[in-house]
Amino acid sequence: MAYLPVEHGFILAAILFVTGLAGVLVRRNIIFILMSIEIMLNAAGLAFISAGSRWGQPDGQVMYIFILAMAGAEVSVGLGLVLRFYHLFRTLDADEASRMKG
Amino acid sequence: MTLGLIILILIAGGVLAWALGRVNEVLARAVSLLAIFVDLILTISLLAGGEFRISGGGAFVDQLKMPWIPQLGISLHFGADGLSLLLLLLTMLLGIVSVLVSWREITERVGFFHFNLLLVLAGIAGVFTALDLFLFYFFWELMLIPMYFLIAVWGHEKRVYASIKFFIFTQAGGLLMLLSILGLFYLHGQDTGVYTFDYFSLVGTRMPYAVSFWLMLGFLAGFLVKVPAVPVHSWLPDAHTEAPTAGSVVLAGLLLKTGAYGLIRFVVPFFPDASAAFAPVGMALGVAGIIYGAVLAFGQTDMKRLIANSSISHMGFVILGIYAWNTLALQGAVIQMLCHGISTGMLFVIAGALQDRLHTREMARMGGLWDAAPALSGVALFFAMASLGLPGLGNFVAEFLVLMGTFRSDMVYSVLASTGFVLSTIYSLSFVSRVFHGRRPEGLALADLSPREGAVSLVMIALILWIGLYPQPILRVSGAALKEIELGAAGRQMAETAVPLLPEASNGAR
Amino acid sequence: MMGLLWLVPLLPFIGFIILALFGKRISNRGAAAVGCASVGLSAVISMLIAADFISFNPDGRAYSQVLWTWLQVGGFRPQIGLYLDSLSLIMVLVVSFVAFFIHLYSAAYMRGDDGYSRFFAYMNLFVGSMLTLVLADNLLLLYLGWEGVGLCSYLLIGFWYRDPANIRAAVKAFIITRVGDTSMAIGLFFLFLNLGSLNIQQLLGLASRSWPIGSGMAVAGAALLLGGALGKSAQLPLQTWLPDAMAGPTPVSALIHAATMVTAGVYLIARTHVLFELAPQVQAAVAVIGAVTLLVSAASALTQVDIKRVLAYSTISQIGYMFLALGVGAWSGAIFHFMTHAFFKALLFLAAGVIITAMGGEHDIFKMGGLRKTLPLAFWAFLAGAASLAAIPFITAGFYSKDLILWSVFSSTKGGVWLWLTGLAGAFLTALYIFRVFFVVFFGQMKAIPLRKRETLFIIPLVVLAVFSVIAGFVDLPGWMGAERFTGFISTSLPLTQTLPVGGGAEFMVDLLGAVVPLIGLLFAYLIYIRKPAFAANVVRNQAGRALNRFWLAGWGFDAAYDILLVRPFDRLSRMLRGDAIDLVYSGIAWLNRLVHLLLSGTETGRLRWYVLVLGFGGAILIGIAVLL
Repeated sequence: MAYLPVEHGFILAAILFVTGLAGVLVRRNIIFILMSIEIMLNAAGLAFISAGSRWGQPDGQVMYIFILAMAGAEVSVGLGLVLRFYHLFRTLDADEASRMKG
Repeated sequence: MTLGLIILILIAGGVLAWALGRVNEVLARAVSLLAIFVDLILTISLLAGGEFRISGGGAFVDQLKMPWIPQLGISLHFGADGLSLLLLLLTMLLGIVSVLVSWREITERVGFFHFNLLLVLAGIAGVFTALDLFLFYFFWELMLIPMYFLIAVWGHEKRVYASIKFFIFTQAGGLLMLLSILGLFYLHGQDTGVYTFDYFSLVGTRMPYAVSFWLMLGFLAGFLVKVPAVPVHSWLPDAHTEAPTAGSVVLAGLLLKTGAYGLIRFVVPFFPDASAAFAPVGMALGVAGIIYGAVLAFGQTDMKRLIANSSISHMGFVILGIYAWNTLALQGAVIQMLCHGISTGMLFVIAGALQDRLHTREMARMGGLWDAAPALSGVALFFAMASLGLPGLGNFVAEFLVLMGTFRSDMVYSVLASTGFVLSTIYSLSFVSRVFHGRRPEGLALADLSPREGAVSLVMIALILWIGLYPQPILRVSGAALKEIELGAAGRQMAETAVPLLPEASNGAR
Repeated sequence: MMGLLWLVPLLPFIGFIILALFGKRISNRGAAAVGCASVGLSAVISMLIAADFISFNPDGRAYSQVLWTWLQVGGFRPQIGLYLDSLSLIMVLVVSFVAFFIHLYSAAYMRGDDGYSRFFAYMNLFVGSMLTLVLADNLLLLYLGWEGVGLCSYLLIGFWYRDPANIRAAVKAFIITRVGDTSMAIGLFFLFLNLGSLNIQQLLGLASRSWPIGSGMAVAGAALLLGGALGKSAQLPLQTWLPDAMAGPTPVSALIHAATMVTAGVYLIARTHVLFELAPQVQAAVAVIGAVTLLVSAASALTQVDIKRVLAYSTISQIGYMFLALGVGAWSGAIFHFMTHAFFKALLFLAAGVIITAMGGEHDIFKMGGLRKTLPLAFWAFLAGAASLAAIPFITAGFYSKDLILWSVFSSTKGGVWLWLTGLAGAFLTALYIFRVFFVVFFGQMKAIPLRKRETLFIIPLVVLAVFSVIAGFVDLPGWMGAERFTGFISTSLPLTQTLPVGGGAEFMVDLLGAVVPLIGLLFAYLIYIRKPAFAANVVRNQAGRALNRFWLAGWGFDAAYDILLVRPFDRLSRMLRGDAIDLVYSGIAWLNRLVHLLLSGTETGRLRWYVLVLGFGGAILIGIAVLL
């Protein structure tokens, strides 16, 4: 069984993270922003898994389960907020909600 | 015991006044008046008491010491020597004046007003009697917050600006002082193994010179802002001007004295060497205050601002006297604290009475008031004369002693400060002639002194005359206390390094 | 009788307190009664004391009375104590006596004024302070009286406070004298700290024991005291307040600004004469200041048109004579002249008051004229006063006192021919300016009809003072004419003048000159103002004459100079600082905070994606720093 080098896992995680970050920055639709954040979370999880398998520690997988649980919670709250947002603003454009400024 | 009771009565009276104020305003006023009056009686009884007679004012009488937070060496430690008792007496006198002058002026939230007023007085009484530094700091802050409310709620047009400025200045100074108190606490703890905030233990703490200098600067930051000394004085004109009359009376008459009291009680005994090194700067600050305050006062058009700036000038004499540090000058400084409290307090009462009647403080819109209110004008003239240091009145005794003492320490400062005689004449006369002399503007009418105001004025006039013509009882009381401070291990050190004490019997030519 | 000494200053104070507290409730008649009675009683008591002092105390030993210890701090222990010797006795007598008659006069003069009781309250306070001043046994108590009379002077100059000009004059007087007083206060510090006492007799004893003649200490001490005397006695360069002080009611000018208060400086120097003898430089300065002042202000008096201002400049000039006498060590001459001056100058002012009242408040002498017939009382009184002031020989008191001064200046070891010539020139000018007023006012054409009022209360003081202006001089006749009684009496407290050995013939010659010069002045005045009225007008028409006239009229430009050098810069400074320059620093700090706040709050756009971007950049920078370091 050929081992994937750990660097490949990290590089993939980095690519996923940057993709997610770019999504957050570029997309205006709040649903897409949420999805991009999910991608970033998964990137972080992948990094944990790769690192865990590289040093043969179970901590990486434990952390991933934590992240998974947190992501689930986040999505449920986030989608709830999105629903309220849509009710209030009649749009999904995140830039419309810029009333909180100094 | 009595000292604790004095503070307790003030706090309890304040709470009661607040509660009663919702039901009946007159009741709130009466309760406050009664509380302060009882305290006045208690203070006088302490002054007349047997224990005090024996010590002549030199020792701390009526000490009360109870553990408060023993883990940190904090205790409820009160005590009063002659100096404290005199200032306590002044506190109660001006407290009564403040309640009386608010009788007609304050009509909104009367209960809360008197709560704040009594709380400030309690804080001041605490500051004058606390012998535990933590307790001292507690009361120091206790004065501040109700005073802030007095200005911010019942003040005049620019009250918000003035109250915040007052708060920031005094709080900044107070925090630096807290740092120094903690520094002193740890230094003493490391040195002796006993961690305590007790005044008597902390006096004489050994420390390197550089450290003592920095700690002293921290204390000075707290005290000099309060006095106020010149570069940090600018909160004063705003706060005094915008405060209601009672607030101005308490500010000028009492709050400023806490700073000077702190210098005498804490700064010099704790840091004798550093204070001796600082003395020339201190005297320079005093002289700067005398001259700068007087020049500012002359330029004002707002009556209360003029009086407020004259306070800076008068308190300059106190700073000068403290840093000249010999018997004459110190005694003069203490008399000046008392007389300035009375005379400037009364000038604020007059300014308040005029504002109440005319609804303006602008002197340009007054003039010729002597026609309409001769008694009020006569009283104002009297206190203006006290303020310019007319011999026979208390302020003269004070300023003369300060200048004479300073002359011994440093001739140049004394001569410079003497110009204060001329400058105070200029602003005092300009005040009298702009407000009471000249032609009366059309349609300006006002009522003369009410019996209440008249009675207050007469008592205060009698006091100033008494101090001016026979200050001996006061000098004896404060003299013994000052001697103790001077002769304390710390004071002696300063005396040796700085200026010689005045020999008891002066002997001819040197 | 001596034991009652404390009542002398106290009675007027009691009068003041009664009038101040109940002035509104008692009638005008009552106020006048209280005012006059308190001063009158104290005059009576002081006369009784004087009788005691002279009859039971032939060697003139001083009597002192300590009332209580004022304060006691360290070694500083001034007392409220009175000291009576021949010098203070003379002062007390003259002050209380003249004050009483001026009070009587005021009772009529101030009638109808709405500040009637206030006037008597201030006057009583003044008399009390003045008596305290002269009786004080220590310099601090003297200073109390000194400032007290200054206060009363301020209050009374500004008595008619509705006119801003009066108030300006009052404030000016107080501030200028306060400048001198400050110098005196510093002198007090200096003397106490170097000698250890402020009790005058002790202090003088200590000074003469520990300081050699001409020592720097003595010079400094005497110079500082001199500063106070210059301010109070309106000598150069602090003289400018006195002419303006004429804004007060005329009895005030008579009592305070002619007879008593302004001579306090003379008294101070005489009282501390030991100190001045230890400092010959300062004493010489006193003489020179006196000489210059007497000439300068006599010249100014010559040009004034306001009758009271003439008298004011004349007062400055006559005090200049007293200073000249003090400066050459003619102590008794100075005090003698003080006494005669108090009589004749008070008389002149009171007569002027009668004229002014009759003319309906007119002060300009050129709007008066020919009043000889219509105001006979004022005419004779003014004549007596003017003659005495001008030192018309042999029949007037002024002649004997001025003559004593001139002779002392000539013969004293500290005097000199130049000083004497100045004094002589002053005597000529004095006769000229006072008879100028006399001829212009009482002779010539009538320019306005005076209102005649019969006032008994005017008559008594005028007659009494006129009599004294004439006979008071006989107490001290020149050596070749008789006995020097006054000098003998005063010599128990003040030393005799040290004279150069000059023959008796010289004294006769000097006296003769002193007698002739005033007569020449009188003659000139007669020629110019009666025979050739056009002459004065011609002088003024001449360009140089006009310039000189204007210069002297304005008091040699002192006022203008002080205005430019001191008043205006101070005014501008305080105006500039009104907003408090130091506060700008704190306002600056507050403003800076607000600026930073504005800058930072600009970054809060409310856009979610902007925040994420900044967050990302911030994170990247932090990670970069962590990696690189």
